[in-house]
Amino acid sequence: MHMRFAAWRAQLTGYAFISPFLLGFLIFTAFPIAASLYLSFTDYNLFSPPSWVGLEQYRTMFTGDPKFWKSLRVTFLYVFVGVPLRLSFALLVALLLNRASRAIGLYRTVYYLPSIIGGSVAVSIMWRNLYGDEGVINLALNFFGLESVRWFADPLAALWMLITLSVWQFGSSMLIFLAGLKNIPPSLYEAASVDGANPIQRFFRITMPLLTPVILFNTIMQTIAAFMTFIPAYIISKGEGGPLDGTLLYSLYLFRRAFVFYDMGYAAAMAWILLAIVAVLTALVFFTSKFWVFYETKED
Amino acid sequence: MAGKRLRWAAYHLLAAGGAFLMVYPVIWLFMSSFKPSELIFVTAGTLIPDPWIWDNYVTGWKGIGGLHFGIFIKNSLVLVVLATIGAVLSSALVAFGFARLKFKGNKFWFAVMMLTLMLPFEVTLVPQYILFSQLGWLNSIKPIVVPAYFGAPFFIFLMIQFIRSIPAELDEAATIDGCGKFRLFWRIIVPLIMPAMATASIFSFYWRWEDLLGPLLYLNRPSLYPVSMALKMYLDAETISNWGAMFAMSVVSLIPVLIVFFLFQRQIVEGISTTGLKG
Repeated sequence: MHMRFAAWRAQLTGYAFISPFLLGFLIFTAFPIAASLYLSFTDYNLFSPPSWVGLEQYRTMFTGDPKFWKSLRVTFLYVFVGVPLRLSFALLVALLLNRASRAIGLYRTVYYLPSIIGGSVAVSIMWRNLYGDEGVINLALNFFGLESVRWFADPLAALWMLITLSVWQFGSSMLIFLAGLKNIPPSLYEAASVDGANPIQRFFRITMPLLTPVILFNTIMQTIAAFMTFIPAYIISKGEGGPLDGTLLYSLYLFRRAFVFYDMGYAAAMAWILLAIVAVLTALVFFTSKFWVFYETKED
Repeated sequence: MAGKRLRWAAYHLLAAGGAFLMVYPVIWLFMSSFKPSELIFVTAGTLIPDPWIWDNYVTGWKGIGGLHFGIFIKNSLVLVVLATIGAVLSSALVAFGFARLKFKGNKFWFAVMMLTLMLPFEVTLVPQYILFSQLGWLNSIKPIVVPAYFGAPFFIFLMIQFIRSIPAELDEAATIDGCGKFRLFWRIIVPLIMPAMATASIFSFYWRWEDLLGPLLYLNRPSLYPVSMALKMYLDAETISNWGAMFAMSVVSLIPVLIVFFLFQRQIVEGISTTGLKG
């Protein structure tokens, strides 16, 4: 009997410690998830009670709302151009900085700096102005003999602003790659050198395979984060997503449907489509990872 | 020998050149904030302001909509401090529970927590807004601050990693001495995980300082606006004449972030490298 009491107590103590998370999860995550699923089947404008419309919101989304498709296209371009570019830069610079030198600390700091300030409104304002008609980017283009681009007049050019802003912040992925590179045992490279492998062979036979778990991880986290990008699109387009919806990232369009047009049901339905897209993509990456991610079998 | 020198020089030329390109936009913003508004784009190609003026900071600090910039900074600090205290303390508590206590469902709830890290915020956005409006919390900082007191998954994960590196014998010794779990947590674990708590505080500071979505949704009165919303107001009122002030206040808003970064960059780098997360 006494033992049972002690066992109960241990259970209760455990739950008492994690209770902030549990409560928060129930109130701010689990309940809202369920509520948003329900709302996605309703028409709701915040002021009159939600009315059940079944799959109507989803039907409108897929068949009657060109803006939805436009924003999906813009977002896919943003994610599938931006994330690979960002990760490539991260890996490239990590390889460049993965050596013993006193200056490395300084370089690492400077390359990482944009990641730490990149999410701020100030940086988005700065980016807007770099791409102004008489901004630094156009001056640089002119310097190389190219014509100025009117970045705010062309939808694709405007999206390019957002992509470059995202690529500029490759620093946090770079740090994770650097940590991965440090974990590769130097003995492997020494053995390969003895066997006569050149640097290129060493890179493709040792570095890349051993980095694949980190690449997998970075790909998943960066893709999800990219789908959630909001501040740069909101600030750079002054909340409108223009020109011609060229910067109307998914989260910005969802925000506008919910809080500019008070179309809560539609916004909730959009959120569930986004969740489905992210889940499918993550599952796909996991599934294919069997074929390209290399896991060491020895040690812990 | 000469070849080695040359390669050394080429390497540093490349690395330093890249580094300069990376910070150039920030330097440009900084330098432009000392130029007269009407010259910022006329002289966009040169870095050094001529004439060098402070007026932008004076007019910028006077603020916008009758509120001077110090008010926005104060509002931001209130948000940052309240949310950070809540997030760090509650996360430490939860992390201790997950890392050190045995109870049914420990693994399950840990997995749930890691999944929430991957949940797009859009899914909970609308119902959360409705919830807070039902509670009558709109137009107050409560919707932004209160949820922080329920633990932040990223910080919990960070601290779990840290607690696991502390030898478990310490707990056992304390338990044998009759120390309860909460005292064990407060007296022994908390002092030992201070570095992880510091790292969490730094990240919390960044996110709260930079957050725009929360204030955009929940704060309607400019007198409650944090710095991010104040900058948005400058942008909404953008005209040729206030570029300078907008640039100057952008610089002001970045200064605390940069100071914290340069003071604590070791913790930040370790936080990202050990969890593999940016949060």
